[in-house]
Amino acid sequence: MDFAAIITAIADLLGGATPGFWPIVGLSLKVTLSAVTLAALIGLPLGALLGIARFPGRTAVVVLVNAMMGLPPVVAGLAIFLLLSRSGPLGPLGWLFSAKAMILAQTMLVLPIVVALTRQTIEDLWREYAEHLASLDLTGARAVPTLLWDARFSLVTALLAGFGRASAEVGAVLIVGGNIAGHTRTMTTAIALETSKGDLPLALGLGLILILLTLILNAVAFGAGRVGARHAR
Amino acid sequence: MIHLARRTLLAAALGLAVALPAQAQDAKPTASIVVASTTSTQDSGLFGYLLPIFTKKTGIEVKIVAQGTGQALDTGRRGDADVVFVHAKAAEEKFLSEGFSKERKPVMYNDFVLIGPKSDPAGVAGGKDIAAALTAIETKKEPFVSRGDKSGTHMAELKLWKTANVDLEKVRGDWYREIGQGMGAALNTASAMNAYVLADRATWLNFKNRGDLAIVVEGDKRLFNQYGVMVVNPEKFPTVKAKEAAAFVEWLTGPEGQKTIADYKIGGEQLFFPNANQPGA
Amino acid sequence: MRDTTSILPLTVESLVFEVDGRRLIDGIDLHLERGATTVLLGPNGAGKSLLLRLCHGLLTPTAGRVRWALPEGRAAGVKRHTMVFQKPVMLRRSVFANLTHALAAAGLGYEARRARARAALERFRLADLADRPARVLSGGEQQRLAIARAWALDADVLFLDEPTSQLDPSATRAIEEMLRALKDEGRTLMMATHDLGQARRLADRVLFVHAGRIREDASAAAFFTAPATGKARAFLAGDLLD
Repeated sequence: MDFAAIITAIADLLGGATPGFWPIVGLSLKVTLSAVTLAALIGLPLGALLGIARFPGRTAVVVLVNAMMGLPPVVAGLAIFLLLSRSGPLGPLGWLFSAKAMILAQTMLVLPIVVALTRQTIEDLWREYAEHLASLDLTGARAVPTLLWDARFSLVTALLAGFGRASAEVGAVLIVGGNIAGHTRTMTTAIALETSKGDLPLALGLGLILILLTLILNAVAFGAGRVGARHAR
Repeated sequence: MIHLARRTLLAAALGLAVALPAQAQDAKPTASIVVASTTSTQDSGLFGYLLPIFTKKTGIEVKIVAQGTGQALDTGRRGDADVVFVHAKAAEEKFLSEGFSKERKPVMYNDFVLIGPKSDPAGVAGGKDIAAALTAIETKKEPFVSRGDKSGTHMAELKLWKTANVDLEKVRGDWYREIGQGMGAALNTASAMNAYVLADRATWLNFKNRGDLAIVVEGDKRLFNQYGVMVVNPEKFPTVKAKEAAAFVEWLTGPEGQKTIADYKIGGEQLFFPNANQPGA
Repeated sequence: MRDTTSILPLTVESLVFEVDGRRLIDGIDLHLERGATTVLLGPNGAGKSLLLRLCHGLLTPTAGRVRWALPEGRAAGVKRHTMVFQKPVMLRRSVFANLTHALAAAGLGYEARRARARAALERFRLADLADRPARVLSGGEQQRLAIARAWALDADVLFLDEPTSQLDPSATRAIEEMLRALKDEGRTLMMATHDLGQARRLADRVLFVHAGRIREDASAAAFFTAPATGKARAFLAGDLLD
């Protein structure tokens, strides 16, 4: 396989000569960003609560959440597949082979990362803030908004880690999305498909563009974090 | 200033996250059906050619979920597809007898070809007898890649070994590699290992990473590969879009669909041969 | 003027606090009236900080009780006592936002808390620092901000846990000026300190704490001229107590 073929493939993709490419990029971003947003809405408060709460069995929960960070995407995909299948408990929703199913599966993958990393960050911050916040009557759940806001720059890293996992995985979206052209085909499933067609330059080109997108997003988040962190150390 | 910049960035990020889902919801055609089909039909590029023509004509959109034949039939059994379009007649008839569909219609056939290294260490190139070729490969223990995924191609391969009187269970060894993946992956593996592999002609013709591989055996009648189509029984699954599914099957097996299938060519070569009207196919 | 319904007097009865079976506060009785500045003196580990935290409600006593004239030290639902820590807790925000955050927690509306925060910054000459990140301020500035934050909350009673122990003399002087100003406004201060000079300068009343008990409870003048117990005499002489 030669280098020129890869360059040509990338040029065709970016130049619009490969039909259906930009919708695939759009769908990938939509699915992954939605999953990260959902996971953030659920995982940030949940992780913060886990960071400050003390209850019997807490250590077991913490270990479980940490372990779930390594949940294999195919397993998550299979679980969501069985749940959403017409023969499964959530079958009537008719979500299988749709973007919703892919968002759900990726949320399941990202959530443990967000919860675990948030828990760690908030626990450290809580040690420092606990007495002051308690003095202000901000205890338990009432302390969570302050802690999340003050940890925001560290938490961006947690969300980026979640984004990385979601945007890179193929196992879960392939199973629950079905890789349907124009509907549930994402960057990663397209790469898998082109690889199976033996079009390795195109597959690699898609891969490089995916890496580029991830790089841009990380650079933007990092830059924003630097600007903000300078302001509120 | 910094304050403002930060706010703006945050707002922009949030706005993006909110706007994307809304924006990416494309305008939908009037109706859509899910067809569980095989990787070989997808990888061959047939659907990319055929489906836009059907959709333009009927306004019905077809979503293809490409799996191995076994998995595609299971997708139908779970009620997750409206139509199954596969190539393993025995498995299809079992599907029928279980009541998951009321009728199977033949659509087309293509043929399998035996692919192997140009150096041809088993010495089978140019022959027309698939059974003799397989026996030679087994005798010399030349590397052979099997799909191993219960797909139509895999089932056909197992049947051919039987025809060649090779008892795989007895002679199985390092030379026989089951990869448990789709047609494309099997070809990629064979290309990397310089191994023999059974492939459908369509996928082979559309396959780009050939390396040192070439067709070594073709044209044996026993290599014919029949495709059938079935509407999933709406009495089992009320969610099945019976009307649209039937329209798809009608079109596919009717004169227009059959002609479209015959028209699909790669490099001037016809890949699929319509035979909806051939009794017993 | 300020609300005159006071949460004082504060009455502490037979207060006990144990950690893992170790009795760190061992039966303290205490009555705190309005207006005076009370200083807790005693060696490290005597229980001064614990006593302040128990009074402020950060810790729950093992036995005994802390009773305010109004339940929980609240007037009209608003907590009227606050605490300043040895190492000030600065949120990762601007100086101004550190003030408005505390005021929001106390239930003030958007405009009210901004006005109050501005007033606090003016009052303690911190206005120039308003937009600075609080955590890059010097130790002295941080403690001034912490006291300004306590002032902004408009508490009747301030508990202060060695607020100047980590500061240099000029910063300490600035803090002491602030504390005097608070007292002149009629606020009641209860402060733990190691600094005998500071105790002499600020205290109206001294509680000498040792091994979880109040050994002496006297006016500052009486304590410094004629301590009643041998422990207190030794402490004032600079001896090490066990």
